[in-house]
Amino acid sequence: MAASPAYGEEKGGSSSLGEPEYGHDPASGGIFSSDYKRHDDLKEMLDSNKDSLKLEAMKRIVAMIARGKNASDLFPAVVKNVACKNIEVKKLVYVYLVRYAEEQQDLALLSISTFQRGLKVSWSEDPGEVWRSTEPPTAAASHMSPQDPNQLIRASALRVLSSIRVPIIVPIMMLAIKEAASDMSPYVRKTAAHAIPKLYSLDSDQKDQLIEVIEKLLADKTTLVAGSVVMAFEEVCPERIDLIHKNYRKLCNLLIDVEEWGQVVIINMLTRYARTQFLSPNQNESLLEENTEKAFYGSEEEDAKDAKAEAASLAKRKPYVMDPDHRLLLRNTKPLLQSRNAAVVMAVAQLYFHLAPKAEVGVIAKALVRLLRSHSEVQYVVLQNVATMSIKRRGMFEPYLKSFYIRSTDPTQIKILKLEVLTNLANETNISTILREFQTYIRSMDKDFVAATIQAIGRCATNIGKVRDTCLNGLVQLLSNRDELVVAESVVVIKKLLQMQPAQHSEIIKHMAKLTDNIQVPMARASILWLIGEYCEHVPKIAPDVLRKMAKSFTNEEDIVKLQVINLAAKLYLTNSKQSKLLTQYVLNLAKYDQNYDIRDRARFIRQLIVPTEKSGALNKYAKKLFLAQKPAPILESSFKDRDHFQLGSLSHLLNAKAVGYQELPDWPDEAPDPSVRNVEVCGAPWVHGGGGAKVPEWTKCTSREKRKEKVEKPFYSDSEGESGPTESADSEPESGSEENSSSSSSGSSSSGTEEEEEEEEEDSGEQSEDKEEEEEEEKRPKRKDKEGSHKAVLGRVGSPSEEEEEEEGAKKSKKKVLQGRKGRAETSSEASTSESSSSGSDSGSEAEAKQRKAPPSSKASSKEISLLDLDDFTPPPPQPIPSSSIISTSLVTDLEGLTLTDTSLTPTLLSPAFSAVKTYELLHRMAGEGLAVEYCFSRRPFPGDPHMVAVQIQISNNTDTEVKNLRVNEPKPLSGMRIQEFPEIEHLAPGDTASVVMGIDFCDSTQAANFQLCTHTRQFYVSIQPPVGELMAPVFMSENEFKKEQGKLMGMSEITEKLVLPEKCRSDHTIVQQVTSAANVGRVPCGASNEYRFAAKTVTSGSLVLITLEWREGSMAQLTINSEKMVIGTMLVKDIIQALTQ
Amino acid sequence: KMIHSLFLINCSGDIFLEKHWKSVVSQSVCDYFFEAQEKAIDVENVPPVISTPHHYLISIYRDKIFFVSVIQTEVPPLFDYFGECSETAIKDNVVIVYELLEEMLDNGFPLATESNILKELIKPPTILRSVVNSITGSSNVGDTLPTGQLSNIPWRRAGVKYTNNEAYFDVIEEIDAIIDKSGSTVFAEIQGVIDSCIKLSGMPDLSLSFMNPRLLDDVSFHPCIRFKRWESERVLSFIPPDGNFRLISYRVSSQNLVAIPVYVKHMISFKENTSSGRFDVTIGPKQNMGKTVEGVVMTVHMPKAVLNMNLTATQGSYTFDPVTKVLTWDVGKITPQKLPNLKGIVNLQSGAPKPEENPSLNIQFKIQQLAISGLKVNRLDMYGEKYKPFKGVKYITKAGKFQVRT
Repeated sequence: MAASPAYGEEKGGSSSLGEPEYGHDPASGGIFSSDYKRHDDLKEMLDSNKDSLKLEAMKRIVAMIARGKNASDLFPAVVKNVACKNIEVKKLVYVYLVRYAEEQQDLALLSISTFQRGLKVSWSEDPGEVWRSTEPPTAAASHMSPQDPNQLIRASALRVLSSIRVPIIVPIMMLAIKEAASDMSPYVRKTAAHAIPKLYSLDSDQKDQLIEVIEKLLADKTTLVAGSVVMAFEEVCPERIDLIHKNYRKLCNLLIDVEEWGQVVIINMLTRYARTQFLSPNQNESLLEENTEKAFYGSEEEDAKDAKAEAASLAKRKPYVMDPDHRLLLRNTKPLLQSRNAAVVMAVAQLYFHLAPKAEVGVIAKALVRLLRSHSEVQYVVLQNVATMSIKRRGMFEPYLKSFYIRSTDPTQIKILKLEVLTNLANETNISTILREFQTYIRSMDKDFVAATIQAIGRCATNIGKVRDTCLNGLVQLLSNRDELVVAESVVVIKKLLQMQPAQHSEIIKHMAKLTDNIQVPMARASILWLIGEYCEHVPKIAPDVLRKMAKSFTNEEDIVKLQVINLAAKLYLTNSKQSKLLTQYVLNLAKYDQNYDIRDRARFIRQLIVPTEKSGALNKYAKKLFLAQKPAPILESSFKDRDHFQLGSLSHLLNAKAVGYQELPDWPDEAPDPSVRNVEVCGAPWVHGGGGAKVPEWTKCTSREKRKEKVEKPFYSDSEGESGPTESADSEPESGSEENSSSSSSGSSSSGTEEEEEEEEEDSGEQSEDKEEEEEEEKRPKRKDKEGSHKAVLGRVGSPSEEEEEEEGAKKSKKKVLQGRKGRAETSSEASTSESSSSGSDSGSEAEAKQRKAPPSSKASSKEISLLDLDDFTPPPPQPIPSSSIISTSLVTDLEGLTLTDTSLTPTLLSPAFSAVKTYELLHRMAGEGLAVEYCFSRRPFPGDPHMVAVQIQISNNTDTEVKNLRVNEPKPLSGMRIQEFPEIEHLAPGDTASVVMGIDFCDSTQAANFQLCTHTRQFYVSIQPPVGELMAPVFMSENEFKKEQGKLMGMSEITEKLVLPEKCRSDHTIVQQVTSAANVGRVPCGASNEYRFAAKTVTSGSLVLITLEWREGSMAQLTINSEKMVIGTMLVKDIIQALTQ
Repeated sequence: KMIHSLFLINCSGDIFLEKHWKSVVSQSVCDYFFEAQEKAIDVENVPPVISTPHHYLISIYRDKIFFVSVIQTEVPPLFDYFGECSETAIKDNVVIVYELLEEMLDNGFPLATESNILKELIKPPTILRSVVNSITGSSNVGDTLPTGQLSNIPWRRAGVKYTNNEAYFDVIEEIDAIIDKSGSTVFAEIQGVIDSCIKLSGMPDLSLSFMNPRLLDDVSFHPCIRFKRWESERVLSFIPPDGNFRLISYRVSSQNLVAIPVYVKHMISFKENTSSGRFDVTIGPKQNMGKTVEGVVMTVHMPKAVLNMNLTATQGSYTFDPVTKVLTWDVGKITPQKLPNLKGIVNLQSGAPKPEENPSLNIQFKIQQLAISGLKVNRLDMYGEKYKPFKGVKYITKAGKFQVRT
């Protein structure tokens, strides 16, 4: 031990000090220099009769222990005091014992009898005990068993006994634990639960007996015990998942009242449990995902077929109904997301991530983002988990993108994790904002972080093709950075990017070749050499020169650089042997005598391979193939990919390696195990107790309350769920409380109003509180009502019933649906019972959904309120129908058979500032729409009411022979930030008629599709509108000077230039302008020079400028330049315009 | 789940307290920690989790103390419950801390971490008590089981009595913001807490309502708050713990525009060859709703190449630490008539390349009697007790992580 040399020193020092300081305060630091001599004093003090002296001695000893000094030689003297009557001395003795018993087994064994005696004192009643007289009769102690007055003492005795790691006392420990497990006091039982893993780690042979105790304690119904026993369960027998069945519902219901650390353990355990017992809630969705993917790639005809086939297969498949117990778990853990304890929040978050249906996982994002305000260690852990989650569920964190922006004061590891998250969240919509952030980061002083940022840019570039060129240009600019590390990192990333499309970038390769003179970082040099070697054909003049230079400096290079020099030489030899033959020979000769055997080997190997000799023969022929083979571009991906096979929030996940004792998270079962195992027989609480029921434990009171409650709820039961089968009633165990009841009688609870809910809540928090209290509560309520004369309270009360009604209605609707479904499936009566249970499942589900549904409207309302106040927005008036002139004739529409129609003559030219051809797109084909055909076009007018929306004109024609009623948009599911302003409902549409309406969509300057449902009175269709990039903007008029000024501001990364060849027919002013304005909604800017065309527009949502310049040079050559800070829009627009011009 | 051992290490690398729950782990495991610590330039950069051949080390850094816990098996790695404490305070109270640790973690499993309970188990030392103790030799360990542990409201002890019954709420809001070079807001968000000091006798049942509860977007609660009541009525209903505690913390919904109460004009530039630079910063109030911005402090982490700074402040005082390169300017109150300005020359290391990036300015400020989000407490009602309590609400707005990029 490190402390031992210190002893010698202190010995010398202390002799000069002399006198021991009895009255000295233990804090004064003198205690930290105890030595052997003083140990004698300590012994003396311990032997005295005065408690104060003993206490003083013990304090010093504990202080020594705390400093990590050895105090083991005091063992006998200390142990004698275990029987001391002073509780504080005793406590300190316990501390000492726990520390040294294991180390000094022999001594401990000698003293064990003393110790046991001490234990007995605390176990049995001792009238002479000092502390007893001072103890006030508290509520807790009042119903105490006669065996001991103070449960605290019993508990601490057990704790110490179990903490002494001496194998020989195992039987005593076992006995003590068993006894304590049926103690009156929940606190002692809790301690017993804690003792279980201690005993198990000491002697694992006791497992079976311990499992019995655990089983018994699991049945315990106090919140105090629950956490500890689950902890013991996890330590001792995590594989015995069957022990949980009967307690599952109870644990779910108790959860909210368990102390925080207990919650963490229970939630983690229940996550595992749920994974083994329930079906995956996302199985249907994964099927759907497949569908969409197919739809994306497949041709349209195929789609129709596919859709039908899949619809059939979907129908065949039994619809997924969430097990009510699964729902129970999700519902009961959700409030804990608001816990103040980061560990609890994290536990719930991982539970939701692993167990909840995709649509519901989103709720955790908010809570996790909240944790980011916490200490940096918490941030570190949370960000790790967010990084993993954001790969799978990007949408979840997208709204919080900005919360991951990096501050210069963040620790480096936090910065890098945030960067990881930002990169994962990057998509076409937000990439420009993210890249702008990255630009700030690149200038950071923290070079590790800069390097990571460069990597991140590289990843964005590979993932989002549209910004690849922009990123590449940006990175190339970084090559002239002053900092070598930055340059080196850029080189490495550029190398990876170039591999994807080398042909277009010989300029960059040339530039990099020049860098070899300056860059010293080996990895970067090696990367450049590899690039030149690989693409030597693109830089035929430079490559040999680089090789010449490298040959010169070969001996001074690092090993990885040398290897790449050899590679370069070999490749050049094969492609350009005339110029590089001698150089290659020279390099290979140098390498032959290198110190590193890798390099020597490589040189020899390559010489054999490329230089034709008589012997080398066969391989030589293939040398070219070997060296100049097409190499697949590397994929830059997150290091957090696939980390989610570790349970999130676990240490293993954090380390990305399996830690000792990690419990694998099982995969969902294919078939749901029997849910009835969780049913608990209704009988008096299975509470069996050794110590005579003199007092009624608090939880048994609940049952009486429960009866009362049941009485109250009877009418609801009989009213709405008259047919509820016997399984139902068996399900609702009495102790599971109101939650269970409300779930099994959803309609009942929802119709009973807020009062009911309040009562529930009251009961939850005060489950054990006296009935009297509740009566009081009830008395108070009317009073409170009177008191709160403020209109707010009244409003609240008035408002809530209507909500309830809605909820009820929702429940009814869903019920109806279920009923319909049942009819449709035509189940036999024998299946009735199962369907019943499933209906109840969906009921409880729908209830929760209803709740959720209730929440969003409110938030929506609030946002509306806010916008009313702050943005002086007003709810847009119903958009006017487009004048009939713009309507494409009905007959024409009916003639359409899946063709997109371009009809210039019919579109009014006066509308859009640019004269243009309006393209029509199909929204719903006549066949798919069962006679209803819907088309849309972008009318290019400002949308009335909201200037940030793109106006979409929709043309609906009814080709059926019946009237279509109530045509409307339903449930728009816009992506984050997107907004949809629906068109007013069309009440009737006679057969053969066509109606035209306008709706507004705020696409957020992205080309992502807006999805919504189009409903008629009978059917609903899923449709989506995807805007061409040119429609996301509106023309701006500006002068030439203004244009130039603005253009000057948008250089660098915001500028995109492309060359093109104008075809014959497209070389007149008129056609060029027409083609450009047809491709994009832009306005022409006057221009002095001939052969130059300028256009300007602003994006609709953010109002960012988009400036287009087309320069027509001699002949057919032209150059197109687009300046916009929206880089994605810029790059896409370039493509669109070029396409329009060249076709 | 299972913390094996805990070491407390101070800044100079001394292990001044150790506690083992299972068998003893030698101090030498900490060498791994020291190694990592050496590698990290900044104390903040020590990785929170280090894996060593046999153990995992989890470190938490608070108030210049590292809490290094040693674990062997799988744990949920969020362990964060040590309150504020300083090294000297721990040294002074070694025995008490030791006992506290003993209570908090049984076999390395968190047992009781509710501070009110711990206070009952082991009574905090007071001067009076220590005098009494030394005379009578009686203990300062609680004789009774904390009553709360068993009751249904574990956070409140029974039998609380006060002569003056008071309930105070401090609504404290912090603005987190990133302001970019040009002065536009990249990111801004309001985070708030309500800290309470409740000294009420008996078992009061309080309900606190807001004028505009919809402002609260994301809320985390003290366990005493009845969640369902909040869900249904947006009212905070609770039986409070005794004394000081944090009632809720919240985030204001991000759709709201955040009013930034100050603006910063800055001109920081480094010249290439003269090895000097200019520094000129002015802070002014903006949208402060008639309230004074006070307690303004600006801290800047200057680039490594900065040797010294020669500045003059029109108001307040500044310090520059040439070792850590941190410039601190304590401005104090901002009066709109005369805007505080800090201006002068930056001396750079000669020969060193000029810094690439201008440093970010971290601003702190305080505005009394204002909740920047506009949150207002409507009323506080008490049930369950007969007396009339004295109630008070205070609002403060502060800068949180408020950073200006330059």
